[in-house]
Amino acid sequence: MQPPVEMIWEWLDGVPDPEIPVVSVVDLGIVRSVAWKGDHLDVGVTPTYSGCPATNVIARDVEATLRERGIGKLTVHTRLSPPWTTEWISDRGREKLLDYGIAPPDPRRKGPGKCPRCASGDVHLISQFGSTPCKAQWRCGNCLEPFDYFKCL
Amino acid sequence: MAENLEFEFLCRMGDNALVLGHRLSEWCGHAPVLEEDIAIANVALDLIGQATNWLARAAEVEGAGRGADDLAMLRDAWDFRNVLLVEQPNGDFGQTIMRQMLFDRYHLLLLEALRDSGNAAVAEIAAKSVREVTYHAERSSDLVIRLGDGTEKSHARMQSALELFHPYIGEMLESDDVDLALAEAGTAPRPETLAARYDAAVDEVLDRAMLTRPTHGFVQKGGKSGFMHSEHLGHMLATMQTLQRSFPGAMW
Repeated sequence: MQPPVEMIWEWLDGVPDPEIPVVSVVDLGIVRSVAWKGDHLDVGVTPTYSGCPATNVIARDVEATLRERGIGKLTVHTRLSPPWTTEWISDRGREKLLDYGIAPPDPRRKGPGKCPRCASGDVHLISQFGSTPCKAQWRCGNCLEPFDYFKCL
Repeated sequence: MAENLEFEFLCRMGDNALVLGHRLSEWCGHAPVLEEDIAIANVALDLIGQATNWLARAAEVEGAGRGADDLAMLRDAWDFRNVLLVEQPNGDFGQTIMRQMLFDRYHLLLLEALRDSGNAAVAEIAAKSVREVTYHAERSSDLVIRLGDGTEKSHARMQSALELFHPYIGEMLESDDVDLALAEAGTAPRPETLAARYDAAVDEVLDRAMLTRPTHGFVQKGGKSGFMHSEHLGHMLATMQTLQRSFPGAMW
């Protein structure tokens, strides 16, 4: 029996991002394609940043999850094109990031609109580079806490 | 010949990113402030990721059974094709930042042009890299301005860093036979076509940084052709490649 691709997408939505486990690899737009080729399943994943150390871990986690679900014949391939963009993060993913204390990317302005803790708009850039390649460091002028911003790419 | 040329080009791209990425990683744990330590490590990571993409493609084109790791870790200095600028030692923080700005401004223009390369694999890697490098260029330019237009001491260090690295700009922007053949093939732009925009971008940064660009036209070259690297590359590779050289075939 071959599970439909919709079901496989749901399974993959249970695979957390290794660096930000509150969001799934589907929420982040890292899983790009799921397709049956005969009895063989092909999954396409894309790296967020070229040097993101989580990329290999994600490919392994995706494969392990599908094998646990009984899919024996599968390939997880990495593709670079089209390049990943933060616009692929789902609305649900953005909400989860915010709940977790990471301001989601805001393509309309050059930074977060508000502090993820106290919602103040008085926010200042500390550095465009943070604890992972995808994040910048900001601080709030109201609650005075530093916070991560998922920067636009 | 066509494949050799493509291999040569991919090594130039990959080696620039790899060598500069390694140089930057030497700062890890040593930068003057925590935010900069993190930023430098992030830029290094991006560059090493990009190097992996370029060198993996180079190995594929070569078709000799080598992979990206073999090219990075088992070639000797004379087989590296990076420009001399990126292999220069870190020096003080000001020198590292000046070297970075001078390279980032070139790297960004080149990658923007390569998105339209007639070679699909090249266009793909360039499109992936270009937005990362936009952040690199923004940061290094901002720091050059802040340090150049900073204290008397920081200004003096940035001016001497500029004078130290100025002769290395020419190698990035002057064509050699390989560049001409690549332009002919539609793979990459002739470097000279980037020169006017490079000068405009760099001059704007230097102007705002209150720094004076030297006017002499002396050019140090020999890196991208592999004719002669500076002595620094060999020392850097000895460190970078030590594990793979001491324990051939090591896996972990």
